[in-house]
Amino acid sequence: MHNKTLSELAQGLREKAFSSAELTQYYLDRIQQHDGNLNSFITVTPERALAQAKAADALLAAGKGEALTGIPLAQKDIFCTDGVRTSCGSKMLDNFIAPYNATVIEKFNRAGSVMLGKTNMDEFAMGSSNETSFYGTVKNPWDLQAVPGGSSGGSAACVAARIAPASTGTDTGGSIRQPAALCGITGLKPTYGRISRYGMIAFASSLDQAGPMTRNAEDAAIMLNTMAGFDARDSTCLDKPVPDYTADLDNRLQGLKIGLPKEYFAEGLDGAMASAIDAAIKEYQKLGATIKEISLPNTHLAVPTYYVIAPAECSSNLSRMDGVRFGYRCENPVDLEDLYKRSRGEGFGEEVKRRIMVGAYALSAGYYDAYYLKAQQIRQLISDDFKKAFAEVDVIMGPTTPEPAFNFGEKGNDPVSMYLSDIYTIAVNLAGLPGMSVPAGMVNGRPAGLQIIGNYFDEARLLNVAHQYQQVTDWHQQGPEKYL
Amino acid sequence: MQWEAVIGLEIHAQLATKSKIFSGASTAYGAEPNTQACAVDLGFPGVLPVLNEEAVRMAAKFGLAIKAEIAPRSVFARKNYFYPDLPKGYQTSQFDLPTVGKGTLEITLQDGTLKRIGVTRAHLEEDAGKSLHEDFHGMTGIDLNRAGTPLLEIVSEPELSSAYEAVAYMKKLHILVRYLEICDGNMQEGSFRCDANVSVRPVGQKELGTRAEVKNLNSFRFIERAINHEIERQIEIIEGGGTIVQETRLYDSDKDETRSMRSKEEANDYRYFPCPDLLPVVIEQCYLDEIAKTLPELPDVKKKRFIETIGLKADAAEVLVSSRELADYFETVVKASAAPAKICANWVIVELVGALNKSAQEITASPVTAEQLGGLVKRIADNTISGKIAKQVFAAMWAGEGDADTIIEAKDLKQNTDSGAIEAVIDEIIAKHPQQAEELRSGKDKMMGFFVGQVMKATQGKANPAQVNQLLKKKIFA
Repeated sequence: MHNKTLSELAQGLREKAFSSAELTQYYLDRIQQHDGNLNSFITVTPERALAQAKAADALLAAGKGEALTGIPLAQKDIFCTDGVRTSCGSKMLDNFIAPYNATVIEKFNRAGSVMLGKTNMDEFAMGSSNETSFYGTVKNPWDLQAVPGGSSGGSAACVAARIAPASTGTDTGGSIRQPAALCGITGLKPTYGRISRYGMIAFASSLDQAGPMTRNAEDAAIMLNTMAGFDARDSTCLDKPVPDYTADLDNRLQGLKIGLPKEYFAEGLDGAMASAIDAAIKEYQKLGATIKEISLPNTHLAVPTYYVIAPAECSSNLSRMDGVRFGYRCENPVDLEDLYKRSRGEGFGEEVKRRIMVGAYALSAGYYDAYYLKAQQIRQLISDDFKKAFAEVDVIMGPTTPEPAFNFGEKGNDPVSMYLSDIYTIAVNLAGLPGMSVPAGMVNGRPAGLQIIGNYFDEARLLNVAHQYQQVTDWHQQGPEKYL
Repeated sequence: MQWEAVIGLEIHAQLATKSKIFSGASTAYGAEPNTQACAVDLGFPGVLPVLNEEAVRMAAKFGLAIKAEIAPRSVFARKNYFYPDLPKGYQTSQFDLPTVGKGTLEITLQDGTLKRIGVTRAHLEEDAGKSLHEDFHGMTGIDLNRAGTPLLEIVSEPELSSAYEAVAYMKKLHILVRYLEICDGNMQEGSFRCDANVSVRPVGQKELGTRAEVKNLNSFRFIERAINHEIERQIEIIEGGGTIVQETRLYDSDKDETRSMRSKEEANDYRYFPCPDLLPVVIEQCYLDEIAKTLPELPDVKKKRFIETIGLKADAAEVLVSSRELADYFETVVKASAAPAKICANWVIVELVGALNKSAQEITASPVTAEQLGGLVKRIADNTISGKIAKQVFAAMWAGEGDADTIIEAKDLKQNTDSGAIEAVIDEIIAKHPQQAEELRSGKDKMMGFFVGQVMKATQGKANPAQVNQLLKKKIFA
């Protein structure tokens, strides 16, 4: 059962091979059984899930089922859920129960899907290893010594361990694609503005984008069909028609032009990882694609640019966590300043505090031009690099990460080396482009991810390109033995 | 040494939109604390702002009225600082790209001459909530009903040279925003408030002195007092050999003094940056053309028309254009009475406004409508009643006894213009007061008033005073 894809589950529900209530209970049991070790969920919501399943069964019985009706899903704990704690992985919001749903949650509710619970994540989505979560680290199902990646580490691990059929993530600098790669699943970060950010707790507003985390491209397409679309409550969400993302999955790749940025295969890339990516590219050649070496000359500026813009925005976005209206408040504050200092000092973890300080510094008088403004200018250059590239190629490919999952504690004391693990994913957020990671081999027993980058709003093509690869390879079907 | 003051004003006008600038919550004043604040106003996690187009339209309307440059592209920025009544930890405002740029406003000085005051900019922003320090036993209560109410911050050039000019400028703006119907102007409720930047320098010096910002000015009287107080304070310090520190001072109306709130060193670094949750505001010329069509006749234009076309004196015109409702009322009276504008103006300014002030009523709620007052003035103009009787009729109208003609009829107040009858009365009075008659004949003109008064008394005011005058002269000097 737990190896079934979303369309197989939907078929089973339609044909009454099992009910949504049975399916939901099945997954709740698996969570119960396995998540003690994995720690991929912060909150499991069995009662709510079973109630939703019951409602879904009624819809299915009435013949009103849609693609996701009755299917259990895991939601990253960054999406506000009416009546259920939304912690964002932080002590600061440990007691926060949102009185509203994020638009993404609302859309899943309308589609009749079932929420199993809220997944673990790096605190306020700041991290690449899930080590910054207030709720403890998530383990990589492939190797419990290895990190699952981050920030959507819980969402990646629960899908890899098949304790949830699919999940949602958010990606500010790689937070969907990097954990998807490290856990051997498929993750898609759509174009900025494709999915509403309303009710998704902001890290860096100009970079944040939600997306599906699934076992294969077809599932990602099904999830995206529900998640995408205009929302009047998010001014940065684009009013653009949503195509059926499953429609083009079977298109042939004959004549597809793939660009390989030389900067993504340069120093810093693990040798075995490079081989895995080369092998994937060869598969594409066999499918009729042509390869062209391209250059994204400002690639080396992506990480420093990101680490000015993202902290600058987060320093402002997180100001609302002040201990006044919701969330953590220190004990017995003596005055206002004490209330602020201790509530924030005690409520936020180290990495969050580091980024708030970096961001506040970059925005302060006398430094703004040298840091924030300069970073915005470089951001434009990075976008221009991609624009030029997409004049010549249809998609860009490369590794999602420089190396497979690293071990806990390996980079924990060195923020910069941690930041570099997002070196291939960050530029995509700065440019606002869609990017995907698909399983493409194993390196030292841990999954390797192939990144596919598309032009703006070219998600359908990305999904098609990923799906065709998954028709001729089976990396996406492999999973950690213990959970198969 | 001779000193001159240099003053610039920052005026915050709450825009009269139904809902808030970035949320759908109501902006109505006076609701129970925190009942008009939605998740967006409360700054809850994950929520996002959506710009209220009406606020932009109102800002553009203001810009057109002061002939300002209106930015084709303006940008909202975040002004970051912590305060409990600022829910998000930043105020969404505009920084380097405001919606309204440079414009001008003309004020009338004491000697009647005009002075042009530059408006540097007017930008859109959200209001904060309120901190309530009473009733919480040493704690502070927060009411976020006001949070997110749209504000237009109108910043003047430092071109005002006295408290008088500052008040004149502020009054002028106050009239203008109400004409435009973009702000209710209620200073009591904080809909229209002001911060003043004040500095002094020796007369003739070009460089500006160090300024202090005086905050919390919410009445014209306080502004005048606070600015005068601040000018005196600064002169006293400089003449005593001290220097002015750049600081923010708070005006305390109870003690009539300003006191230091924070110095420049303690000032916040607001870390402004463009708000990534909002797109730039793009305003096209056709949008402005549409708004221009909706602009009412503005006070300055109206005043000019009242003087040049209708023939009013400048001071009367100034009073009548001080609100759109008053000006409209006056024009209706002129139309309904077909009487000379001057008499109409006099009746509106003296009798009507006097009665309204006495009973603390707004002109929109006046018990006497403009049509009714016009009907009364018509009867003065056609000599049906005298001005004196008219006051009596007006009082009856105010009391709701009907329109002028009904009251004149019912109370038999028609003016007596029968010269035979009046002459008979005059003869009688002259006979009664021979000594006074003699004095008048011998050149004591004051006695004229005595006789007119006696005649009016005898006729219960119904005689026409001009006619009485004329007949008296004829009788006395015959």
